[in-house]
Amino acid sequence: MSSVVKEPSAVSADLERGSSPARDAWHRLRKNRLAVAGGLMLLVLAVLCIAGPWFLRATYQEQNLDLGATPPSAAHWLGTDTLGRDLLVRLLYGGRISIGVGLCATLVALTIGVIYGAVAGYVGGKADAVMMRLVDIIYALPFTIFVILLMVFFGRNIILLFVAIGAVEWLTMARIVRGQVMTLKKMEFIEAAQALGYGHARIIFRHLLPNALGPIIVYATLTIPAVMLLEAFLSFLGLGVQPPMSSWGTLIKDGAEKMEEFWWLLVFPGGIFSLTLFSLNFLGDGLRDALDVRAAKD
Amino acid sequence: MPLLEVTDLRTYFHTRRGVYRAVDGVSFSVEKGEILGIVGESGSGKSVTCSTLLGLIPQPPGRIESGKAMFDGTDLLHCSPAALRAIRGRRIAMIFQDPMTSLNPYLRISEQLIEPLLIHEKISPADALARGLAMLEAVGIPNAASRLHSYPHEFSGGMRQRVMIAMALITKPDLLIADEPTTALDVTVQAQILELLKKLQRELGMAVLFITHDLAVVSGLCDRVQVMYAGRIVESAPTRDIFTRPQHPYTKALQRCIPALQEKGRELFTIPGMPPDLSKPFTEAELLQRFELPPETAPSALMPSVAAVYDRREHGSTSDGGHRPPLQGKPAEIALEVRDVKTHFPIESGFLFKRQTGTVKAVDGISFEVRRGEVLGLVGESGSGKSTLSRAIMQLVPVTAGTVLVSGRDLTAASADEIKAARRDLQMVFQDPFASLNPRLTVYAALAEPLLVHGVVPPAEVPARVARLMEQVGLPARFLQKYPHEFSGGQRQRIAIARALALEPKVIIADEPVSALDVSIQAQILNLLAGLVRTMDLTMIFIAHDLSVVKHISDRIAVMHQGRIVELGDALDVMERPQHPYTRTLISAIPRIAEQQTGR
Repeated sequence: MSSVVKEPSAVSADLERGSSPARDAWHRLRKNRLAVAGGLMLLVLAVLCIAGPWFLRATYQEQNLDLGATPPSAAHWLGTDTLGRDLLVRLLYGGRISIGVGLCATLVALTIGVIYGAVAGYVGGKADAVMMRLVDIIYALPFTIFVILLMVFFGRNIILLFVAIGAVEWLTMARIVRGQVMTLKKMEFIEAAQALGYGHARIIFRHLLPNALGPIIVYATLTIPAVMLLEAFLSFLGLGVQPPMSSWGTLIKDGAEKMEEFWWLLVFPGGIFSLTLFSLNFLGDGLRDALDVRAAKD
Repeated sequence: MPLLEVTDLRTYFHTRRGVYRAVDGVSFSVEKGEILGIVGESGSGKSVTCSTLLGLIPQPPGRIESGKAMFDGTDLLHCSPAALRAIRGRRIAMIFQDPMTSLNPYLRISEQLIEPLLIHEKISPADALARGLAMLEAVGIPNAASRLHSYPHEFSGGMRQRVMIAMALITKPDLLIADEPTTALDVTVQAQILELLKKLQRELGMAVLFITHDLAVVSGLCDRVQVMYAGRIVESAPTRDIFTRPQHPYTKALQRCIPALQEKGRELFTIPGMPPDLSKPFTEAELLQRFELPPETAPSALMPSVAAVYDRREHGSTSDGGHRPPLQGKPAEIALEVRDVKTHFPIESGFLFKRQTGTVKAVDGISFEVRRGEVLGLVGESGSGKSTLSRAIMQLVPVTAGTVLVSGRDLTAASADEIKAARRDLQMVFQDPFASLNPRLTVYAALAEPLLVHGVVPPAEVPARVARLMEQVGLPARFLQKYPHEFSGGQRQRIAIARALALEPKVIIADEPVSALDVSIQAQILNLLAGLVRTMDLTMIFIAHDLSVVKHISDRIAVMHQGRIVELGDALDVMERPQHPYTRTLISAIPRIAEQQTGR
């Protein structure tokens, strides 16, 4: 930044050349190799899971009891499970469920948690106390009982999976956002915004939340794997996906039970799950840095 | 042989944007029992110099490129960590700027106080405690014995700084490094702490390295002064010579910037331009370039818009300032009236069912009126309620009782919509330009937002209006797409002022707008505000804790103490013939340069 004073008449030309914040963020993200690699890996995984099964002969439910569990071979690249089902196909089908659940439930948790937490933190006082006690109460409900109650009332349903997970995961997000907002609220630029007569919604969404973006993104990337594991747990309870359908969570669970005899049943689902989490974390860190306008503009 | 001899010290920071030469070839020495002052603006390298000596520079990114620092036969820069630890805290002690954060809040004063003794000397805890108590008494803590086991939060800022000093001096060091020890304190407390430092220095016969940005503080305390600029020492001389016969143009410029030394009503002298970029090499000639312009025309030459403001002003009034003509004639209408305003905060205790157990009377019955075009200075120490008052007027904190009338409209009884409308007339400039701008909005977004929210101009005209705002505060429009963090403190404050001006307010409340800024920048912002008041026919309430700054810009001064106004009168009257004892205390506590030159 030079300090030469230029004539203010060149205003319009300069303004048009200015870059938008979104484009700046995109530039910064592209420079972060790990984040780009993470993003690409996620893209590849998603495409594989969606398109892969069309090109494979085996289906996820086709059993071959004579075959049984076989290690990876030319016919079955990742081997078969104890019922003789092709692991690769089951892994790709499972990915559809796991990635879908992970993204949707996190989105639900993110939306509810961020808005709820921001409002509680911004309004403060009695409203905040009541809102946060409600969060405490839901926290205190044992998750299993909550899920069983839902099942009793609404029956088995994949939609219920999103509801159940979303209803639990937003709590922590709400607490994090509330804490951030309460700290930011005391800063002078929020007072300035009030003094300038801005509305409450504008202050929350334009001035408070963008400044709390770092922790929100980090926590969101941590929520996605947590949600995927929750889904495995729910499936085990009989609420989530039902056999013969698969998800990464159920595959890992099955694999873990049989890992002493059939290592590939754990290694491949576990490997692909870890790969997804790594990619998510790198992408999340990259996003957080890219959206931070204070990062160096080199 | 000097106690400390530093030769050719260079501390560079290797950052992503290049090598930042924070300290670039500094040599100096400190004799036994001497007080050496190091003066400079923020970024001049004075704090980095001292941190380097004590091995407190984070490495990386910092790196000590060259230099020697001989302290009593040991080279501080090249000795083993163990040897450095043996010196640090025992023979060289340090006190820091912010007493609020430099004490550990979880440890009792007694524990922190005797910790250096237990580490550096073979002494029993009981004896250490006895010495700690004696030290607390020496630094003037009342009832030291009963307060020994208190926690830091139970002390005020000034008391905490005394505790810090006691902690630093308990091992009877040979050298005390004080890094801006009074900057965070009120002016009366500052005077006490400086007096205390002088007294203890004489009693213990130690040497002191005193770092500050405030020339006035140095003048009363130090034997010798070194002026630092752009990572080097540009002048070093006995204190008296620095003030009577300054050699370096920077020293001269720095002195002329101090509001207290300048004639009231005149445009303040400012150093034009910016300090050199330390991440690029520059020659001695380039370093001096900034000061080469003839001093009288300097501000105008580099700040076109501010100069334009003053040109216009000269058509209407006498050029030498003094009292402003508009106030001499018929009284203008009342722009803002505050009637018996009180803001009390309840102190609540209890967990679920809160009971009110007390009241803090932050603002307790304040009345005044400000006429159109007038500047009312509001002075008081921290805790006097001046910031609460400004926020009560702005309706940012609830008003317990009383009325606030802006152009005849009562804000305390207004609906939310009416308050929103009234905000167009009433705007605020905040103290800390690093906190008052949303870090995620570009300058353009920050300035366009108020225009759009209030529909000040049609959307199509917003870009042109934003550009005009920038021009009004003396910033080039090409900065519009930058983010706040890319600006210096002074530039940020200009942006904050532009944002306040966006709504074309009639009244501006400036809450300590220059206290976070360097002296040279202070003068620029004061000039800008004074110019805007005249050209835009603004009314301003100017809040500060520094009387000399307030005197300069205000027509009248109100002195606040414990939530009330204790004195209100014409600016010169209050300064020269203060009536209330509290005002007199405030005025006498201002460090003065003229007195000290003859006194020492």
